[in-house]
Amino acid sequence: MMRGKFVIAGVGHTAFGTLPGRSTVSLNVEACRRALEDAGIEKQAVDGVFVKTPTSAREILYGQTLSEALGLQPRIGIALDQGGAANMSGVAFACLAIEAGMCEVALVCYADNPRSGSRATYARPRGDDAAFGWFSTAAGYAMIHRRHVAEHGTPEAAFGAVAVAARRHGAANPHAQLRKPLTLDGYLATPPLVAPLRRDDCALISDGAAALVVMSARRARELGVKAAVPILGMGQAHTSWEVTQRPCLTSTRAKDAARDAFAMAGLAPADIQVAQIYDCFTITVLMTLEDYGFCPPGQAEGFVREGRIEHGGDLPINTAGGLLSETGMPGLQLVIEAVRQVRGTATLQVPGVRHALVSNQGGTMHTHATLILGG
Amino acid sequence: MTLPTPEVTPLNEAYWAGLAAGELRFQHCPHCGHRWLPARRECPACLREGAGWEKAAGTGQVISWVVYHTAYHDAFRDRLPYNVAIVELDEGPRLITNILAPHDSIAAGMRVRLEVQSDFGVSLPRFAPAGTP
Repeated sequence: MMRGKFVIAGVGHTAFGTLPGRSTVSLNVEACRRALEDAGIEKQAVDGVFVKTPTSAREILYGQTLSEALGLQPRIGIALDQGGAANMSGVAFACLAIEAGMCEVALVCYADNPRSGSRATYARPRGDDAAFGWFSTAAGYAMIHRRHVAEHGTPEAAFGAVAVAARRHGAANPHAQLRKPLTLDGYLATPPLVAPLRRDDCALISDGAAALVVMSARRARELGVKAAVPILGMGQAHTSWEVTQRPCLTSTRAKDAARDAFAMAGLAPADIQVAQIYDCFTITVLMTLEDYGFCPPGQAEGFVREGRIEHGGDLPINTAGGLLSETGMPGLQLVIEAVRQVRGTATLQVPGVRHALVSNQGGTMHTHATLILGG
Repeated sequence: MTLPTPEVTPLNEAYWAGLAAGELRFQHCPHCGHRWLPARRECPACLREGAGWEKAAGTGQVISWVVYHTAYHDAFRDRLPYNVAIVELDEGPRLITNILAPHDSIAAGMRVRLEVQSDFGVSLPRFAPAGTP
């Protein structure tokens, strides 16, 4: 029985935005220091380091380089590569390692600096197909977005509603990188980037770092951790194949990740009061809502246009602004916001949060992980 | 400005040689019958080696498409806006391509046929609406 056996004991992050002159290792160390302070524990307690590889600047032995900067020689130290899902997969692998007795207290962290460093990875040629002009991360999501519109008739206003909600929530977050609100008319007036994608459908590009401290609930009690948030459910599943190769473009194995997480937690979508849904592009939010069972296939458009995902709605999502407004950093900020919602310390606090859900995903929907937190 | 050119390797040279001769080829597995693109040494269905090459009929359908209004490479700057599409061949394999049609006429499920075009000395498999002469 894994439900409630492990906790997120502390969370920390750097400023988000443009942070020139900071290496990813330095950013990771700052986030880890803040997470340890939040947990109220000394770094000597840490014996596991699970770090997602920086997207924009890959390095070999990154987990070890970071451990050196942290002054740690951990029992488990590993750099994970699953794109954006690696953050929450890191949480799951940390829990499994703790369960197996292979470590006791883990740091799960991520940092990157593409805004002041190199953005080349987001504009990359996609193999030999670059000869056709097939470039960029955004274009892969545009391919999925278009197919969703073709299969379900998803209106532009649905994608706009996701962007508008994120920007409304981000405007209330003093740490958000983009705090300028967006109206639906403003969204619709923006020219396409890679049609059907507009700029406001796309995540920010950000420097920054975030970190979590993960341990067993028992260890948290022994160490006197004040605001440990229990992990109720975890799941992951990976579509894995390139957009060109996967038989279905409009549903992914997110469905299986969520099913496993709900089963572990003994919960259903109706039991969730607030969700942090990975919003690298607006289409990802619509498909995740559908694959998770918050609405039937093709019906997320009505769900989001009715304002149900905004603060005050029945399933507020991305209450700190998400990747579209808070920071484009891939995913750990969503876990931190879920932790704040469960603790009752969020800026846009949802009343009576018992269960908060988080999705992370990476590549062009190649990977997916689900996390359910609760009191 | 030159296009980013495909890397011809011993594994995919039959593919590019086929296009240079005006035909689109895909791989097929002699053991399990699976058909695929792009070139691989092992069949992704049964994992065995020994794939052969087969000539595609050249007909298929559009799965999805996008239209670039920004260029990520200088070679495409004066081609904006241009489309990139996923086409599924009638034999099954899917590939990235360009559709030779006005952007607002492209639709999911649209029937298309192969038109090999030379672009900066490379023969590329593009597709036109199947109904056009």
